[in-house]
Amino acid sequence: MSEALLQARGLHLAFGGVKAADGIDLDVLRGEFLAIIGPNGAGKTTFLNMATGYLRPQAGTIAYEGESILGLAPRAIVRRGIGRSFQLPQLFTEHTVLENVALAVAAREGVWSPLRPLLRPAWREEATEVLARFGLATLAGARADALNEGARKLTDIAMAVALKPRLLLMDEPTSGVAAAEKMAIVETLARVLRETGVTAVFVEHDMDVVERFADRVAVWSQGRIAALGPPGTVLADPAVQREVIGIEGPGAAAAGLPGGIAAGHA
Amino acid sequence: MRRGAEISLALLGVAGVLAAAWAAPWLRFVLTIALAKGIAVLGILLLLRAGQVSFGHALYLSSGAYVVAFLAPSLPEALLLLPLAALIAGLIGLVAGLFLARYRDIFFGMLNLAISMVFYSLLEKLYELTRGTDGIRVEPPRVAGLALTLEAYVWAMLLVALVLAVGFGMLVRAYLASPMGQALAGIKTRETRLEFMGVSARRVLLAAYVLSALMGGVAGAIVGMTTRHVTPLLAYWTTSGELVFIAILGGAGGALGPFLGAVTYELVRVYAAAAFAEAWQAILGVVLLLVILFAPGGLWGMLLGLLGRRPGRAP
Ligand SMILES: Nc1ncnc2c1ncn2[C@@H]1O[C@H](COP(=O)(O)OP(=O)(O)OP(=O)(O)O)[C@@H](O)[C@H]1O
Ligand SMILES: [Mg+2]
Repeated sequence: MSEALLQARGLHLAFGGVKAADGIDLDVLRGEFLAIIGPNGAGKTTFLNMATGYLRPQAGTIAYEGESILGLAPRAIVRRGIGRSFQLPQLFTEHTVLENVALAVAAREGVWSPLRPLLRPAWREEATEVLARFGLATLAGARADALNEGARKLTDIAMAVALKPRLLLMDEPTSGVAAAEKMAIVETLARVLRETGVTAVFVEHDMDVVERFADRVAVWSQGRIAALGPPGTVLADPAVQREVIGIEGPGAAAAGLPGGIAAGHA
Repeated sequence: MRRGAEISLALLGVAGVLAAAWAAPWLRFVLTIALAKGIAVLGILLLLRAGQVSFGHALYLSSGAYVVAFLAPSLPEALLLLPLAALIAGLIGLVAGLFLARYRDIFFGMLNLAISMVFYSLLEKLYELTRGTDGIRVEPPRVAGLALTLEAYVWAMLLVALVLAVGFGMLVRAYLASPMGQALAGIKTRETRLEFMGVSARRVLLAAYVLSALMGGVAGAIVGMTTRHVTPLLAYWTTSGELVFIAILGGAGGALGPFLGAVTYELVRVYAAAAFAEAWQAILGVVLLLVILFAPGGLWGMLLGLLGRRPGRAP
């Protein structure tokens, strides 16, 4: 079996004139934490959308565990073990935080039991444990639409984690999370994922988080991967600094980026 | 606490129905019809949890009633007719649901209406089979093998309706608290997340839809055996509207709401129709308007408010 858990080749997707994916080749390696960075509109979310079956690329292939997942519905892809959290949290707003996570547990264990309650002891306990890990224990009884942005974000991730995926794709997991809590939360999240052998891809704008937790960094720019490698090397590159860490936006020319720093894996 | 209160209220309701039926013989018929409609409205309530309103559930009510009308001559046994009506309405619900569960909101509502109107015109036009608008007379079937006097039969129908109302009420209550019921409520707020959790939202809605059709069929069978005259009017869109009306009047917050709504509706209808033959529909309209404006939780929400409990939210 290959070392790549997820394998994307030649992904193309344009929205009108906008090339959101313009030849994406990427191997996500088993067990790694891969950070995706890049300016707004570079196509980071589009990549996650294609990998989870929400968008279908116009060209190219995606394989998971060596099998093509192209054309599968999100539901089928999730069942194969790819979980996802969202840039804008996708919560069941009329349910409590606990119920949101319990629904994820139910989705994993089998939702088709019409007579036993969702909050049966085993599922309530598991959901409570997951919430505790994310520091959300005190909010368990709160309705999801009453949360602040950070808590919504964490609930969203907690739901994805509760599905126990083998590959977890996270879209800006720390945006909206208070700076004071950010590192502690990512720390816990990273520990949980490492302990359970989960491979993770996360889109991230905070370079401290990237530096600390990513094994590799992929730099997205105008639908392409402009650079790929260990954070130490990639983040030190002046072109990357200009494009991503410095002035952001599509105005900053991608032309200055090197075609790709040799993909040495840490 | 909530559970205890609901059980007490349900027991109180059962006792109230029995006492009223004992004291006033003419109420036996009215209450049986009200309980039957309450069972059908439980199905409307399920779909409301998913944010969907069916304007076509008269289809299932009339299916159940016509199953009774067609089969009663050859199979005169209430306790067989009821499950058969449930089964056939459930099957029709499955076939229609496979198509309808793809649609949401106004499309879901209107397609339900469209299918029920097709059924209505079939009932009207296929005179050889259905005797058109004249309808079909139903001879009282046996109940548990017993050929009853008319008075005993009316009682038996009321008791059957009461037992089924309690049974389906408990079933729906458990269903709503179950993962399937909670996922149903998830369709209302974030359907795509269900898909991203590996759950088919369509199947979640379909399951609830089939259950709602089945309950509609049971309700229709009770109506058919109680009125003993089945006409296409049962399939007409006004009957569907009535079920939605009762759902809103009673409140969608709990399984007792539909029965509160149905009993109130039938009583207002009977009294208002007797007192103001011309204006009773206007009276019902005003009642509905007041409920929507001042008590969005319906009668059930008002009752919980009186008892000092929070109304409304999903269990
Ligand atoms: N469904 C869509 N329909 C039309 N255009 C889209 C769609 N999804 C993305 N785009 C466009 O594709 C480009 C890439 O968008 P994408 O959301 O992938 O960027 P991103 O890298 O995630 O940006 P951000 O950091 O702002 O989240 C943008 O120009 C966006 O407007
Ligand atoms: Mg994005």
